[in-house]
Amino acid sequence: MSKMTLSRRGVLTTGAAAGAGLALPTYLPAASHAGFTNAPTGSTVTLGFNVPQTGPYADEGADELRAYELAVEHLNGGGDGGLMNTFSSKALQGNGILGKKVEYVTGDTQTKSDAARASARSMIEKDGAVMITGGSSSGVAVAVQALCQEAGVIFMAGLTHSNDTTGKDKKANGFRHFFNSYMSGAALAPILGANYGTDRKAYHLTADYNWGYTTEEAVRTSTEAIGWETVAAVKTPLTQTDFSSYIAPVLQSGADVLVLNHYGGNMVNSLTNAVQFGLRDKLVNNKNFEIVVPLYSRLMAKGAGANVKGIFGSTNWHWSLQDEGSKAFVQSFGTKYGFPPSQAAHTCYVQAMLYADAVERAGSFNPCAVAEALEDFEFDGMGNGPTLYRAEDHQCFKDVLVVKGKENPTSDFDLLEIVEVTPTSQVTYDASIFGGELGTCNPGA
Amino acid sequence: MEAIILQVLNGLDKGSAYALIALGLTLIFGTLGVVNFAHGALFMIGAFCAVTLSRILTLSHTIVDETQKDFLGNPLKVEVPYVYDWFGQATGDVIIDWAVPLSILFAIPVMVAIGVLMERGLIKHFYKRPHADQILVTFGLAIVLQEIIKYYYGANPIPTPAPSAFVGSFDFGTMLGFEANQIIYPYWRIIYFAFAAIIIGAVFAFLQFTTFGMVVRAGMADRETVQLLGINIDKRFTLMFGIAAAVAGLAGVMYTPINSPNYHMGMDFLVLSFVVVVVGGMGSLPGAVLAGFVLGILESFASMREVLAILPGLNQIIIYLVAIIILLTRPRGLMGRKGVMED
Repeated sequence: MSKMTLSRRGVLTTGAAAGAGLALPTYLPAASHAGFTNAPTGSTVTLGFNVPQTGPYADEGADELRAYELAVEHLNGGGDGGLMNTFSSKALQGNGILGKKVEYVTGDTQTKSDAARASARSMIEKDGAVMITGGSSSGVAVAVQALCQEAGVIFMAGLTHSNDTTGKDKKANGFRHFFNSYMSGAALAPILGANYGTDRKAYHLTADYNWGYTTEEAVRTSTEAIGWETVAAVKTPLTQTDFSSYIAPVLQSGADVLVLNHYGGNMVNSLTNAVQFGLRDKLVNNKNFEIVVPLYSRLMAKGAGANVKGIFGSTNWHWSLQDEGSKAFVQSFGTKYGFPPSQAAHTCYVQAMLYADAVERAGSFNPCAVAEALEDFEFDGMGNGPTLYRAEDHQCFKDVLVVKGKENPTSDFDLLEIVEVTPTSQVTYDASIFGGELGTCNPGA
Repeated sequence: MEAIILQVLNGLDKGSAYALIALGLTLIFGTLGVVNFAHGALFMIGAFCAVTLSRILTLSHTIVDETQKDFLGNPLKVEVPYVYDWFGQATGDVIIDWAVPLSILFAIPVMVAIGVLMERGLIKHFYKRPHADQILVTFGLAIVLQEIIKYYYGANPIPTPAPSAFVGSFDFGTMLGFEANQIIYPYWRIIYFAFAAIIIGAVFAFLQFTTFGMVVRAGMADRETVQLLGINIDKRFTLMFGIAAAVAGLAGVMYTPINSPNYHMGMDFLVLSFVVVVVGGMGSLPGAVLAGFVLGILESFASMREVLAILPGLNQIIIYLVAIIILLTRPRGLMGRKGVMED
């Protein structure tokens, strides 16, 4: 019988060797055969849909997944074709992508950066996904985008609103169709000024993470530019569920507007608490007290119920838009699933279509060729009017919607009404203001 | 001064929820000796009793309104609640509006049944196992219950408003001679505090002034002697588990207008409630209640802007800080019996 002896030096040496081995990149095997990562060789191509299937944004993730499944159906020639019928580019023929049938795998981001990176990595390494898309959080988007850059695949972001995604954390392999905090502020401020006046005192409650900071900064900058004063800005923990101790001091501060830089469950709870405290019934500085929610989502509005009535916010897209693209998408999605799509579903569907179209126009799945096809690509018919995928930061520029909670909704979906479609020119900014470097495209191999 | 009064008031409703959950936890630990990590899930299920009754009361049939269109351009299908047909629209609206208070009647039998089922079906098999096993199995049960609720009700919060008569806030400031709007407090939170006080009083009265309660207290003090007297103490303890579940459930029902219920709300309260039990003293019912309110108020003070400016993040750790200090200086907790949890 042999006896194993352990020495301190032996353990340290083995541990260091194992650590170094684990730290090495592991993307290489699938990449090497055609000049880029996961080049499709058979009659199919695999896309990776990385959405929150569990956790607080699971409902939003479910809607994203529905949209992706619809997009795959349309790309493969099924259904009514959806937005392919209205898209200004006519490269897509309904025969897959470059003649290859589209297949997909899914991952669960859990709205946690680590879990999202692990599921994206698994889809790239094990399933051979040539593109990753999806997500409902800026933290997740930034993390997965960085991973895709390293791995040499394209990342088409889902719902992510932080300036950082295409600002200081932008990557050459990453693209965002969704709007951002800056655009929300630029679109909202004139409407707030017109409805509430320019002599207002605002109190901000801000979710204590990346998205919250950029949204607060954007709304503060744009409202102060029209004459509002910011009397306080308080960070609230992301895990907070009862906001009473944050809302109670608002009236004592002399503020007459409360800006809730919250999203998801935070927004539902803080808004519910604010309404419970009767803030909206108060008269402060001889003005009606008002609440503003910079980023609205129909799914979140449903959670807040009647509390959203009359409250202004912004959104990327809404199913009630009457352009041909929006009508086609609502018809297609509504017929298949029985209810209208959310803005998360819309942006994800559009991203899948834009990727497929770019591959067709580039004639290759090579991420660098795809990126080149997407850069400075101008298109229309996808529900947001004429849109530009700006080359400098890979951010889409298009109209932004200012919405208001509807006073008399006729259904669970009819919660928001469009107040104004803010033109692209009003929400466009210089690509350099948020810093960051796009870097160079990484094909992986 | 206004800020201090305001934070005390804010702490009371949060403290009420902590106290009600901790009271149930202590009852279970004191009677059955079980550390029940599924207790937060019972709070959450109570909240979903309110959601369920609200949905039952709004069960509808559809009529087609040709004058309006739906999102696909088809004639709009309008949902008409059955209560409108049965009681008329005005009375039906009142019934739907009062769904949360009515849920109390619905939740009591449901929660007692769930509690008894949980104890007889699963937890009784772990009485003689180490506390670590009990924690693992009840925590696992909590996750299962949470996932079941998520499967049927979704992940998003579900709005469950208070009756419209209680929307808005009471201006304590003007009553105390301060300026208007300086100390406001929502009506529903006042009701929640009063409700918690009534439930806590009722549980204490039940244990103190009924024969059943006397036997339970005797069993908590010396289980074997009570059994030697020929009393089936196990049966009574099972019922106490049901009562503890009902207390947590009622706390959840009444909490729904304060925060829209979601499948995760039980976990948000669970860990804090355990800290409350430890601070109050394991097995001490008055300790659980006292610690619930004290920690609720302290947490509220720690969330003040002025405090956070000096000590950022204090509101996230204040309860745990207090727990550490109490455990170091008084291991048996504020009102725990000497010798309990001191070794």
